[in-house]
Amino acid sequence: MELQKFYYDNKIPKFFAVACIFWGAVGMLVGVLIAFQLAFPVLNFGIEYTTFGRLRPIHTNAVIFAFVGNGIFTAVYYSIPRLLKTPMWSNALSKIHFWGWQLIIVAAALSLAMGFTTGKEYAELEWPIDIAITLIWVVFGVNMFGTILTRRERHLYVAIWFFIASWVTVAMLHIVNSFEFPVSFMKSYSWYAGVQDALVQWWYGHNAVAFFLTTPYLGLMYYFLPKAAGRPVYSYKLSIVHFWSLIFLYIWAGPHHLLYTALPDWAQSLGTAFSIMLLLPSWGGMLNGLFTLRGAWDKVREDPVLKFFVVAVTAYGMSTFEGPLLSLKNVNAISHYSDWTVAHVHIGALGWNGFLTFGMMYWLIPKLFDTKLYSKKLAATHFWIGTLGIILYAIPMYWAAFRTYFMLSAFTPEGQLQYQFIDAVQTAIPFYVLRAIGGTIYLGGVFVMVYNLVKTAKQGTFLAREYAEAAPLNKQYVAPAKAHWHSYFERKPMLLLVLSLIVVGIGGLVEMVPTFLIKSNVPTLSSVKPYTPLELQGRDIYIAEGCYNCHSQMIRPFRYEVARYGDYSKAGEFVYDHPFQWGSKRTGPDLARIGGKYPNSWHFNHMLEPGSMAPGSIMPSYPWLFEKELDINSTNSKIHAMRNMGVPYPEGYEAIAKVDLKKQAEEIAANLKSEKIDIKSDKQIIALIAYLQRVGKDIKMEKKLTNQQH
Amino acid sequence: MKFTHYLEKISGVSVYPVISLLMFVSFFVIVTLWVLRTDKREIEYMENLPLDNDK
Repeated sequence: MELQKFYYDNKIPKFFAVACIFWGAVGMLVGVLIAFQLAFPVLNFGIEYTTFGRLRPIHTNAVIFAFVGNGIFTAVYYSIPRLLKTPMWSNALSKIHFWGWQLIIVAAALSLAMGFTTGKEYAELEWPIDIAITLIWVVFGVNMFGTILTRRERHLYVAIWFFIASWVTVAMLHIVNSFEFPVSFMKSYSWYAGVQDALVQWWYGHNAVAFFLTTPYLGLMYYFLPKAAGRPVYSYKLSIVHFWSLIFLYIWAGPHHLLYTALPDWAQSLGTAFSIMLLLPSWGGMLNGLFTLRGAWDKVREDPVLKFFVVAVTAYGMSTFEGPLLSLKNVNAISHYSDWTVAHVHIGALGWNGFLTFGMMYWLIPKLFDTKLYSKKLAATHFWIGTLGIILYAIPMYWAAFRTYFMLSAFTPEGQLQYQFIDAVQTAIPFYVLRAIGGTIYLGGVFVMVYNLVKTAKQGTFLAREYAEAAPLNKQYVAPAKAHWHSYFERKPMLLLVLSLIVVGIGGLVEMVPTFLIKSNVPTLSSVKPYTPLELQGRDIYIAEGCYNCHSQMIRPFRYEVARYGDYSKAGEFVYDHPFQWGSKRTGPDLARIGGKYPNSWHFNHMLEPGSMAPGSIMPSYPWLFEKELDINSTNSKIHAMRNMGVPYPEGYEAIAKVDLKKQAEEIAANLKSEKIDIKSDKQIIALIAYLQRVGKDIKMEKKLTNQQH
Repeated sequence: MKFTHYLEKISGVSVYPVISLLMFVSFFVIVTLWVLRTDKREIEYMENLPLDNDK
């Protein structure tokens, strides 16, 4: 058959590579800043845009969706045309994808800094950006499938299945988790409440790790590792098993983020069981990667690309061993809400994603510029700096996690809690400093890489297009009688897509449907009432300031938690919480029972100057809440949205909600006045105090009610 | 009133985790069996796909 001539485009992979490194550096820089903020609160600068609660989502979103996201696209736009012997389907769509994604990143960074957030971790972006993400994701998908359908290679290499499964699952996760009720431009409420919201969020959150940080990067590994090593992957058969069992199992593991919470027991056990099984495919993949280098370890000594890959794959093995470990209930009791989780994700992010990206860049940039790497020595230096950075980051975090766990769970012989929460905070500070230094070192390595790659680009000439030729596919193809069964799927990409969706869809459905079907049956505590308009507004401030980044609202049924914070949390308490605010990390104490614990004046002073009420506190101060006025005109639409989602405000309450709001605000202002604090009732702090004084209080009324009945 | 176990009221909720486990095990067994019965040449062809361009 006649060979067809065509060109591979290198421009788009180059764009994505540059964006990946640029946003990576930005995201890590923000990470370093917030790491130092935890040790030195003065670095919050007293400005709303630079407080920890707003910067931390910028850091996580930047690293996940900007750094790793652009890394994925670099790999996809470089590898797919070459594996399928055809250019990308549409250059226009490639460009829309690239610029659209960068625009989303900018919009995300600005809106998060301004306090526009849904309050759901790793899905903080507000609804207009969510829609933009959906559109660009579709553009990406159309372009990818257009390419696959016009390919000149019948078989889809395993890397492409990982890309396909990632694409379809991320689409599903994003859409399901982003169901939200718009209140105004840039403000919405999660459609789900309480337990259901938590379940959906961590089904999403866990699988964002799985299908954004892991499976596309496995695709990357399966393409670039053999390329760099100059030999095929160790076992292609293993990669088939790896693929199917990984995507099957991952989707079920989400509930392990909610152990000991108010989530039903069976769902927690399901999450644990599948997390443990997940170890097998994960390690299958890791060993497949490492064994690819068997007999070629001398190359690893020479080649910085392989060095990075080896550590990346090892880090993958470590964090996928740690993951199942953390999903055991007894281990999770220690790790949850602690710095252990932070260490765990950074082994993954810095080691697996970071090092795999760096390795890819050291391999790819010289190829794109038709030259050799400027300095192997500098790359090796980067490798050692980066490795040291990871170690210095992780070890202090593990240490801090155990130290604070032992302190917070310690009782005196008299049966009293031995330490205050603030003691645990204080003991963690030196570790926070070490961690921040580790992060800084790692970032330093990135700058070494930037220098090296810029020099590489300068000494070469950019190959905008690469010539190639291949025969077209024979349309009347008949598979040989004894063809491998799986090759059937590989020839039918759409079927592969649908099958992947079914495989991941089943997991999501079985996990969530029971909890959703009985939505009407979630026992609403008669004493749990909807928030008052002022409390609702205050809750939105709590969300906007990102309080959930450091404070949980979920007391687990442990003696040391109940003794410290109060009665453990019940599912029925959260039925009006759109979104839920259980949190995932306790840099500060749990707030599930904060309501009524302190007088209004305490909260007033504490928000203005945390150290004045809690000496040694590392919480930033929030002076702008005392200046800015509450936007009470949004009350109407907020109440309306809540009622539409099933919160039982009386019909027509929207119209009079503002009156109630003002009345309650006046009461709080008057109460503060009686304690010699002068503040106008229309300031934001009043609403926040109203909310904080309400959290977790309703259930106490329930007890009074039952006591009276008996 | 208890809230942590409210799902027990739905009959047979415990069957869900069992179904999921069975589904996975059968799925896994099928995939493994098929993979073991693969034609060697086909595997060899596929695993060399990324290296094609380097020739």
